[in-house]
Amino acid sequence: MAVRIRAFDAVERGRDAPEDHVTDTPETLPPERAARLAAEFGLKPDEHQRVLAILGRQPSLTELGIFSVMWSEHCSYKSSRVWLRELPTRAPWVIHGPGENAGVVAIGDGLAAVFKMESHNHPSFIEPYQGAATGVGGILRDVFTMGARPIATLNALRFGSPDNPRTKRILDGVVRGIGGYGNCVGVPTVGGEVNFHPAYDGNPLVNAMTVGIAPADRIFLSAAAGVGNPVVYVGSKTGRDGIHGATMASAEFAADEGDEKRPTVQVGDPFTEKLLIEACLELMATDAIVAIQDMGAAGLTSSSVEMAGKGGVGIELDLDRVPQRETGMTAYEMMLSESQERMLMILRPGAEDTARAIFEKWELDFAVIGHLTDTGRIVIRHQGRVEADIPLAPLSDQAPLYRRPTEETPKPAVLDAGSVPDPVGLETALITLIGCPDLCSRAWIWDQYDSTVGGQTVKRPGAADAAVVKLEGLRRALALTTDCTPRYCQADPEAGGAQAVAEAWRNLTAVGARPLAITDNMNFGNPERPRIMGQFAAAVRGMAAACRALDFPVVSGNVSLYNETDGRPILPTPAIGGVGVLEDAAQAAGLALAPGLDLVLIGATRGWLGQSLWLREIARREEGAPPPVDLVAERRNGDFVRRLILAGGVRACHDVSDGGLLVAIAEMAMAGDVGAVLEPAPADLPPYAYWFGEDQGRYVLAVPDGRAVLAEAATARVPAALLGRAEGAHLTLPGAFSISVERLRQVHAAWLPAYMA
Amino acid sequence: MRVEGGMRAGVVVFPGTNRERDMMIALERATGRRPEVLWHRETALPAGIDLVVLCGGFSYGDYLRCGAIAARSPIMRPIAEHAARGGLILGVCNGFQILCEAGLLPGALLRNAGMRFLSMECRMRVERTDTPFTAHYQRGQVIRAPMAHGDGNYFADAATLDRLEGEGRIAFRYVDATGAATGAAALNGAARNIAGIYSENLRVLGLMPHPEDLVDPLMGGTDGLPLFESLAAA
Repeated sequence: MAVRIRAFDAVERGRDAPEDHVTDTPETLPPERAARLAAEFGLKPDEHQRVLAILGRQPSLTELGIFSVMWSEHCSYKSSRVWLRELPTRAPWVIHGPGENAGVVAIGDGLAAVFKMESHNHPSFIEPYQGAATGVGGILRDVFTMGARPIATLNALRFGSPDNPRTKRILDGVVRGIGGYGNCVGVPTVGGEVNFHPAYDGNPLVNAMTVGIAPADRIFLSAAAGVGNPVVYVGSKTGRDGIHGATMASAEFAADEGDEKRPTVQVGDPFTEKLLIEACLELMATDAIVAIQDMGAAGLTSSSVEMAGKGGVGIELDLDRVPQRETGMTAYEMMLSESQERMLMILRPGAEDTARAIFEKWELDFAVIGHLTDTGRIVIRHQGRVEADIPLAPLSDQAPLYRRPTEETPKPAVLDAGSVPDPVGLETALITLIGCPDLCSRAWIWDQYDSTVGGQTVKRPGAADAAVVKLEGLRRALALTTDCTPRYCQADPEAGGAQAVAEAWRNLTAVGARPLAITDNMNFGNPERPRIMGQFAAAVRGMAAACRALDFPVVSGNVSLYNETDGRPILPTPAIGGVGVLEDAAQAAGLALAPGLDLVLIGATRGWLGQSLWLREIARREEGAPPPVDLVAERRNGDFVRRLILAGGVRACHDVSDGGLLVAIAEMAMAGDVGAVLEPAPADLPPYAYWFGEDQGRYVLAVPDGRAVLAEAATARVPAALLGRAEGAHLTLPGAFSISVERLRQVHAAWLPAYMA
Repeated sequence: MRVEGGMRAGVVVFPGTNRERDMMIALERATGRRPEVLWHRETALPAGIDLVVLCGGFSYGDYLRCGAIAARSPIMRPIAEHAARGGLILGVCNGFQILCEAGLLPGALLRNAGMRFLSMECRMRVERTDTPFTAHYQRGQVIRAPMAHGDGNYFADAATLDRLEGEGRIAFRYVDATGAATGAAALNGAARNIAGIYSENLRVLGLMPHPEDLVDPLMGGTDGLPLFESLAAA
């Protein structure tokens, strides 16, 4: 697509406008051609009409490109914004909520955590390595743009069925891409999650989250200010890669389309990113910067339009000064390029030399490419011509906003656990579950990610329910997690949305952290279909309820729609990235059992099998209502567990999630290489429902004195039960099974390496 | 052990170096003194530097061969002179690769045998303790250390390997939990399980794993600390 337009542009320029001719109005497209291109660029007819009304004339090619990317779903959130407003975004510790490059929360000691999660789904399907790598690069930039040094990255990944021949190649490329980029920039990759489901066959999800640390009073924002101030471009040179990436990311695919779209995927250079991090942080220690934003989706267009728009000023760019990697690039190509590792800054007058010296020291391009004006317009000049001249206020104020029709997902019936026969027994079910693709060890993946660089990783991948990363030179640490259970969201988007938020809160709580806030990455299908838009609206409703009940606001996020191939949508996947704080890293609880400890279950067990992994993997059924989250009990149970951990009385803690109670205990046993002898299930529940049900709001604690914890729980009116005692080398349920921990570990470790071999 | 005002260390930063912070924490913990940062373009070392440290990372993106471009950067000339004077040099991970590329240590680090980046904890056996780097370990002691590299598969021709072994220049070997240098313990495929080697005068050490990332109980242990304490007392 890009190649064809370039040729056209060159021909037209040759005929109508000699290079040396200076004009002040852009050369407009013939109306029928503008209409055709508008459609190609993804603008709906009414959106195209709005462009004409704003400009009062036909657009130039560059202008049409700018409108189409700024009004793409990816940049404008036109389908999701009306719903996202329902999410709570405030708390006393929130410094900046949604609307900036990333969310910012106070974490004590005068510091702030800056974090966000972002998707790179469509590029990762087309070119898994570069798609995933540039996803990591982009989210890192969103964080250090605000003045924060990135301290950790996490990844929430969803792949198609293991039986699909593409899955292995995509998984391999995505893991190599995340590692290739993250390892090189020197930010530890400390956690994440992986699911497999056929619904992701044509649309894998790659959601990357980065967390950084900055002084709370030194946060850098993107609103431009100061008429006449220089606009500065730093980082890599601009090439023709990624043109119209944002539009591509806002479209559905046909199955055979992936290869054709490859030129719209960008190529990452983590080495340059590392230099960019160091150079930006060095410059940020001075007072040179007025505003700064990375050039992400829609590159130079979105950064310049958004910075000037937010600041209520005009901006004028001279594209001849943009560092270019290729010759003969047109204004259209430069404005729409998504070349990576680039930033746009507004500097204080006279600060150019200081800034230039720092970027030259780090061997990065530095160019003053324009200045701020008082016109309220964006004016793009190239080779002596004005290529675009657009009023900024209507470009953002009149951006399309849709309240699309929604259709509720019918609530599924609650599955009666007693009505489901147990086909295999407890022992076989446990072995099958801990070795299945959704529950087996992820070590094959995280062993390819540098998780220790920085020297502050207290809980490495697999060691605890949340990653724990200490702050250099302080006792304080952050706990980090990503969570979502898409099969719950598919069955009941509202319950699933609440569950995703609650599980993130629970995982932070399980290490002893005080949960602070979340970032959300909303991955859904085509919003123009009422069922999909209904999923979105319901998920937001559930999330909002959980956020409010748990004082766990949303401070940043990203929406990825049109995740469909040939009309088959993904499971609704509102991935949640959670951040919590520990005053003292030494208090962080892991999940490894130790001999001689009592196991105590916190939370109520009803034996909820609907949408459980047991039901899917053992009974081969995907049905029923997902387990409901009782938000009051959730908070009470979690606050109780956190209090116990911080009082020093808990040696290990693990939340009960996918696979249920017995899987949770097995995971603790494997982590500690210690067995346990379990108490029998209560008589009023089928044993398989008790051991594999996925009731929410539960934790398994390993404590020196279980009776004492039961007494404390009773006082706090928290349901608690003694589960057994950690000892020996076997996991034993008297009268039912006794499995060696060694065997559990073998089965748990086997699937992924064998699949990827 | 803290030796106030003792060892003066300089940590070299190339474009792409990314474990200098970890290294400075470990050095400061053992020596009581914040190391100096040495920029790759410098053409002389500050007076009085006892120890030069080349850290982990991806110098110059490792785009040609790991360490190849860094080995030819301006600061490597004074570092070679420092080595010739018998000065102490520690190279970890990318630093080890740079020392090999610069000819300050023999051999090369190839792609890991499995062709994948490996980030995990490994075990190493301390082969001798009469060096400035290992005096605070026990001979034959098995220590844990995180490793994180794509190119850590140590390679040299048989004659060189024989000479390294004959001269007692193997610093650390990959071993299993019992201390045996089995084939499986060399996860990256390193020849003769070599994790680290010395120069002829035992004053230059290069190794792939990261002792600097295991110097604090909070981070999982202190197995790496004696290396820095040995240097502090050297």
